[in-house]
Amino acid sequence: MTLERSTRDDTLILNVGPQHPSTHGVLRIVLELDGETIVRAEPVIGYLHTGFEKEYERRTYLQAVTLTDRMDYLSTLINNLGYALAVEKLFDLEVPPRARVLRVLLAELTRINSHLVWLGTTALELGAMSVFLYCMRERELIMDLNEMISGARMMTSYIRPGGLTMDIPEGFIGKVEEFLRLMPCRIQEYEDLLRDNELWIERNRGIGVLPAETALALGVTGPILRASGVAWDLRKAMPYSGYEEYDFDICVQTDADCYARYRVRVDEMRESLKIIRQALDRLPDGPVVTDDRKVAPPPRHELALSMEALIHHFKLFTEGMKPPAGEVYAAVESPRGELGFYVVSDGSGKPYRIHVRAPSFANLQVLAAIAPGHLVADLIAITASLDPVMGDVDR
Amino acid sequence: MAKSVHPAIPKLEPLVGPVAATQAHGETTIAVPADRIRNAALLLRDDSELDYSQLADLTAVDRLDLDEQPRFLIVYHLLSHRRRERLRLHVPLPDDDPAIASVVAVWPTADWFEREVYDLFGIRFVGHPNLRRIILSDDWEGHPLRKDYPIGIEDVAFTHTVGRIQPQQVDLP
Amino acid sequence: MGVAGNGRPAQAVPLQLHQGAPRSGALGLLLTKVANWGRKSSLWPMTFGLACCAIEMMAASASRYDLARFGAEVFRASPRQADLMIVSGRVARKMAPVLRQLYDQMPEPKWVIAMGDCASCGGVFSNYTIVQGVDRIVPVDIYVPGCPPRPEALIEAIVKLQEKIARGEPSAAEQARLAAAAVRAGV
Ligand code: SF4
Repeated sequence: MTLERSTRDDTLILNVGPQHPSTHGVLRIVLELDGETIVRAEPVIGYLHTGFEKEYERRTYLQAVTLTDRMDYLSTLINNLGYALAVEKLFDLEVPPRARVLRVLLAELTRINSHLVWLGTTALELGAMSVFLYCMRERELIMDLNEMISGARMMTSYIRPGGLTMDIPEGFIGKVEEFLRLMPCRIQEYEDLLRDNELWIERNRGIGVLPAETALALGVTGPILRASGVAWDLRKAMPYSGYEEYDFDICVQTDADCYARYRVRVDEMRESLKIIRQALDRLPDGPVVTDDRKVAPPPRHELALSMEALIHHFKLFTEGMKPPAGEVYAAVESPRGELGFYVVSDGSGKPYRIHVRAPSFANLQVLAAIAPGHLVADLIAITASLDPVMGDVDR
Repeated sequence: MAKSVHPAIPKLEPLVGPVAATQAHGETTIAVPADRIRNAALLLRDDSELDYSQLADLTAVDRLDLDEQPRFLIVYHLLSHRRRERLRLHVPLPDDDPAIASVVAVWPTADWFEREVYDLFGIRFVGHPNLRRIILSDDWEGHPLRKDYPIGIEDVAFTHTVGRIQPQQVDLP
Repeated sequence: MGVAGNGRPAQAVPLQLHQGAPRSGALGLLLTKVANWGRKSSLWPMTFGLACCAIEMMAASASRYDLARFGAEVFRASPRQADLMIVSGRVARKMAPVLRQLYDQMPEPKWVIAMGDCASCGGVFSNYTIVQGVDRIVPVDIYVPGCPPRPEALIEAIVKLQEKIARGEPSAAEQARLAAAAVRAGV
């Protein structure tokens, strides 16, 4: 294999992964080294290939929701949202306002969760254990919220085509309020630990610089692109689920290095808090699922009274919803960038093909472009700053 | 519904011949013949009025079960940052030895996307700098996302099925 | 929340300490007991995150759940320093040989926990790429159901494993070896 052969005779090939404590999962990187300096870095992926795209084809549209959770397992609810938006687009369906607001609220909670895990693990990999413990502490608060709404900590499958699974439980709002009160000073805590920390700056500043042109050419999206100075955020540029009604800023940095990516993610957590605050303030009353009986089941109490409801219920759970034939592409801004669902329907109860445009997949490509020239130790910081989730890359 | 003509169409037509465009769910799809994809890609990227600077996604669809001809469809999702607009390209490809010109030189991001399609669909991208399997191991046989590739359901060994099914061993090299 | 054993009948075979250790007599038994106590109280898991379950494994070792209370928090990056492999997630066929190699690199005695449905039986994925249960590659001591299992479930699995070690039961690896030896001897 050419991969494992040196291109020069004074270089050394070093294999990193797929089992390595600092590669964010089962990523393998083949390095060619000149002394301590990286000459070539080639990511090798596929060690977590799960066959999602094949698996979708034999599920109904509703069953497929559970698979979206398990793809990018750090942003479960945003995956649900992207998929739901795609299917709703096929139906040309609007979800009730309450569901729209709650979706935004949950998506932003998920974004905070994902960035927390990123910050914690990255700090851990670079040797700052306490940040990890702090971040995981706050993550538990979000897990509690997830558990409240769905009973599961991670794989909620709560956002579904047509709206939400059910309404939020009593006490949820209060818990979110509490979270909002707590979070700003907690984020400040991480910042106190890292922001001006000599070691943190030393390991991150000037490392893995990714110029904006390279980033755009390589299809990079999300925080990495914004850290390179491009103010592109799908929530602003092509709003979905009512994001245009919220007041928040796109977090941009211009240094384009690992430190800039750290700054963007931390700032994004603060912006997410702002959005959650606004969502809470405007949360309307009303239903959380569409009343289109071809998409969502009728409420339970109708089943005993109406024959029609019973038939709808039966049809929906035996055959599933049947979007009209056609194809759509719906993209959302996941914590890692543009997450797109390309859904092809043949008019039956099962999707004909679902392709997922995974943000980590495109983002990881830049590793080969930015790693050369750095020391081996910097590879850890660079890989971590790209925030690849292997479930998302390999699908 | 009165359809406005997509600005890309008059520009593409002299280059690739008559193009079929459809509009559905607020998305525009343009079909381009396979032998013109490189030219079309360059035009769509470089024309200052179109400016599709980013290739957001590249994938394929196997239309075997749709009974449509030709069998494969390469799907490009283009994105114009400046105009905040998306465009979908369809390129049909026949069944036997499907191959198409690579667009890596136009949008470098296509590198991994094309390798993925090559890996899972068995479609060759001519001119790709490094066309190898990316997701599956190098010695894998077949292309799983083709519709005639079985999904490969396996019986799971449970205590109550002992003796009734033979759990298969995984082949380790 | 239940943690299933591997279904094989437990045999009360005292573990050998090492080749030259006395195998019977009061001193031998005492030594075995002490060794088992030591092994049970200081399980060193390998940092082996595969998929979603790995995040919950991290959560189990972090602030709220604090695996350290049970003496099993020293996650080791190298298989050579670990004696517990927590297979936390789905195993793709491409990953299977890697996983087996890592397992082979762990020194004896060693134990395996299959964390989550995917590692136990393939979970929701039954297709061409996912290994339908990691027990087709390595012998498994404890299976943890859940998708992902809650951190408490993982902790219970570890406690169950500690009990198993304290009882002096042979590990799944040992049992597999005994069974293979029996087949060879024509029993
Ligand atoms: S059991 Fe569930 S959570 Fe665990 S790896 Fe499998 S899909 Fe992910």
